Amino acid sequence: MIGLLVVSHSGNAAEGIRDIALEMGGDDARIEAVGGDPDGGIGTSVDDISAALERLADETDGVVVIVDLGSAVMNAEVAIESVDDVECVVVDAPILEGTLNAAVEASSPNATLDSVERAAAEAVDLFE
Amino acid sequence: MASRETECEAILEAVDRIAARIESEKKHLTDLDSAIGDADHGANLDRGFKAVVETLDQKEDADAQDLVKTVGTALISEVGGASGPLYGGSCMHASQELEAGITAETTVAFAEAYLEKLQDRGGAEVGDKTMVDALTPAVHTYKKSIEVDDLPPLEALAKAVDGAERGVEYTVPLKAAKGRASYLGWRSVGHQDPGATSTLLILEELLATAEEYLDGDVDVDATSPTIPDEDPEEVEE
Repeated sequence: MIGLLVVSHSGNAAEGIRDIALEMGGDDARIEAVGGDPDGGIGTSVDDISAALERLADETDGVVVIVDLGSAVMNAEVAIESVDDVECVVVDAPILEGTLNAAVEASSPNATLDSVERAAAEAVDLFE
Repeated sequence: MASRETECEAILEAVDRIAARIESEKKHLTDLDSAIGDADHGANLDRGFKAVVETLDQKEDADAQDLVKTVGTALISEVGGASGPLYGGSCMHASQELEAGITAETTVAFAEAYLEKLQDRGGAEVGDKTMVDALTPAVHTYKKSIEVDDLPPLEALAKAVDGAERGVEYTVPLKAAKGRASYLGWRSVGHQDPGATSTLLILEELLATAEEYLDGDVDVDATSPTIPDEDPEEVEE
């Protein structure tokens, strides 16, 4: 099973996006959501991202990480370098639509890390 | 080369100075960041360097490489903004260049590895209005001063700091192409980049620390080319 990790500058935004995506992916999708800096303000935290990846590592065969702005990308990359128990990729996708697409794909029994990543990235074409 | 104890003492001193300087300039950095960013640069770095000081205080029996690597990991854990992976990740990566201790050669290698990692992680080039604009002239000037002009390290570092200062000034009239400021487009023109500014503050404190440990002249200008002294006897040979 492929897991998803939503990383936003706001914990509320990340959780809201997870809720919307879970409605599409249903109980079969495994989605974690993290946001906020180490003091709980707006930002991202490498330690929180690493901890979420570790939780997903126990239950999944790969994790697609979907991020919002600049520092979320870099902090996710740094966190991934520190986790070796599971293969992870950061995908370049709009965070809400990408998570939603990825959740739908991840809930399919044939999903692979590659197919979930592609599904998220294809979300840019949502309105075409 | 200095003893391992002296090197560690100098690193701890540098970190204390940087943490104190960032604390005293926290509002300045935040003001710069509120003009073109998300107003958290001062607070993020202050939290980060306070954590660095605490972490290093608990560390025993370390060498230069260990200490600098620990500075990096503490910054990565505590900063929270883009500066965490940029400052912290670059420090961690470049720390391996200090395996043989702190010398003119290893610090040039450290500076180059740091800049390389910074650009690799952040994707910024010179002219994008980021910390790269302050660091690149500093690293280039330091390397040239050591390797080409054969200047004493303290003099080379003073020139590097002067180079960084010019880099910071250069960010003011530029349109941001990376980082949060890039979302503002043309509105970013006319503002000094906070990341370039904190880079300069850190370099100034490294220089102040080096002044306590090294001999040499610090009143130097990065824009004046250094003409190496020629020994007439050597020239004849």
